[in-house]
Amino acid sequence: MATPFVRIDGVAMRYGGVEGTLALRGTSLDVAEGEFIAVVGPSGCGKSTLMRLVTGLWPSTEGTVIVDGREVSGPLSIAGMAFQNPTLLPWRTILANVMLPLEVVQPHRGRLRGERAAYEAKARDLLKLVGLAGFEGKYPWQLSGGMQQRASLCRALVHDPRLLMLDEPFGALDVFTREDLWDVLQEVWLARKPTVILVTHDLKEAVYLADRVLIMSARPGRIIAERAVPYPRPRRLDLTYEAEFQAIVHELRDRISDARRAEASDAR
Amino acid sequence: MPADRPRSAEALAEAARRRRRLEHALPWLVIAGMFLVWEVACRAFAIQPFILPAPSLIAESMVKWWQPLLSNAWATLLTTGIGFLMAIVFGLALGVAIGSSVLVYRGLYPLLIAFNSVPKVAVVPILVIWFGAGFWPAVLTAFLISFFPIVVNVATGIATVEPELRDVLRALGARPSDIIAKVGLPRAMPYFFASLKVAITVAFVGSIISETVAANEGIGHLMLVASSRFDVPLVFAGLIVTGVMGVLMYWVAVTIEERTTGWATRGQNDPRLATGG
Ligand SMILES: Nc1ncnc2c1ncn2[C@@H]1O[C@H](COP(=O)(O)OP(=O)(O)OP(=O)(O)O)[C@@H](O)[C@H]1O
Ligand SMILES: [Mg+2]
Repeated sequence: MATPFVRIDGVAMRYGGVEGTLALRGTSLDVAEGEFIAVVGPSGCGKSTLMRLVTGLWPSTEGTVIVDGREVSGPLSIAGMAFQNPTLLPWRTILANVMLPLEVVQPHRGRLRGERAAYEAKARDLLKLVGLAGFEGKYPWQLSGGMQQRASLCRALVHDPRLLMLDEPFGALDVFTREDLWDVLQEVWLARKPTVILVTHDLKEAVYLADRVLIMSARPGRIIAERAVPYPRPRRLDLTYEAEFQAIVHELRDRISDARRAEASDAR
Repeated sequence: MPADRPRSAEALAEAARRRRRLEHALPWLVIAGMFLVWEVACRAFAIQPFILPAPSLIAESMVKWWQPLLSNAWATLLTTGIGFLMAIVFGLALGVAIGSSVLVYRGLYPLLIAFNSVPKVAVVPILVIWFGAGFWPAVLTAFLISFFPIVVNVATGIATVEPELRDVLRALGARPSDIIAKVGLPRAMPYFFASLKVAITVAFVGSIISETVAANEGIGHLMLVASSRFDVPLVFAGLIVTGVMGVLMYWVAVTIEERTTGWATRGQNDPRLATGG
């Protein structure tokens, strides 16, 4: 691999001072530009923490995080992020929420005033793509949790970020919507080739979408294994019913079970 | 509730309408009832008018003195309004500064508390020395007494922004000023409007205090003059006019609040309405 786009090297993260929770320890991973990786691991192992470190929302306690050739020391402006909760601003309509990054991130920020109509059309297209056409003028609290999560996905995409950080974006959705959105995400990725780090609990989702699936150990989390996914794109949902695909899912499942069992024996 | 039979939608809507009518009428009924009891008590116990005048006497006095009442009420409204506007501008600015910077908070808050503990009556003579009796002491007293609740509320609103909402903007690489403009201020608006309701009523208290100490017009001045002439009904007339002005200003604040921060109540203007019945 040439110089990776994202390099995490020996990172540790402890919340709340010396006596606090150690969320990550000795975590290392490289992601190439334009690569799509998925991170899976037991609950509470530090996946969301890893996302916060990469986007610079929190400083790491130890080790280095390098994105696009520069060490991360504060929040990045090239990233689009969807959090585990929808985190929409309750005083803004759905459309205004989706357009929020355009008001903040350059160069859109400078252009927004002059090209408002074009940007708004783009935001509406995105909302339509995730099945929220007609809800542009509603407020977040007038939408269901799954709908809010979809709007938050649009917000992460609207400014064409080079780095897309998705923290369980489909967790709150029903199976059918989720599968629709997998294809939406795949389409977006094929069209613009951003670097994607996707955290998920759904192994099928990880294998279907990613080039590589990384497995984290129980807390304190670190990457204990990885599995490359060989299928070319665009991938079709039929793929998920093939024996080889399911074998990969099973393999991942076994490794996570091992990780959890290790945790249980540690606790004893 | 003994709702054995399903009630028709129409009956429910009718009940809701009746309830809403009652809610609108209730304040007026209470006020009318209060005056009625007052009137009856004054007559029944033959209370002297210079101790407690009956509402009928107060009304008579209002009719007789309507012109000075109106012009002085206007003067008070003006000083209160100007002081209140100053308090909004200053209170918002200071509230944002305190709410968004721990340093400013630590540095200024103790001073602010100390300042707020000083009774404003004690400040009026100083203002009179500086500005002379009349308009400015009243404006400034209204300002001094009403900016504190605004500062505290705006600062609280900004300081208690949920970290998740702040992270949404931080994750985009937003500047601190962006975060205040796009999350801090909108988030603080419900707090701000809540404080306006308090501030507007205490602003009245401020200017009337000042008018009773040193002024040549205003409703406070009128009451002072009336009481020196033992015209107690006119004093009460002044009190009632003050109360009416306070309610009107409060209502203006509430109306603006409802128009601008519906999101904070999730579209339900008063949650108590929903649980009643
Ligand atoms: N802000 C915080 N302050 C203190 N401890 C925290 C904080 N955020 C997370 N933690 C702790 O760090 C550990 C890892 O949390 P994290 O949210 O990264 O887990 P996760 O892998 O995302 O879990 P899940 O899959 O359930 O979302 C947990 O044990 C949690 O208690
Ligand atoms: Mg998480």
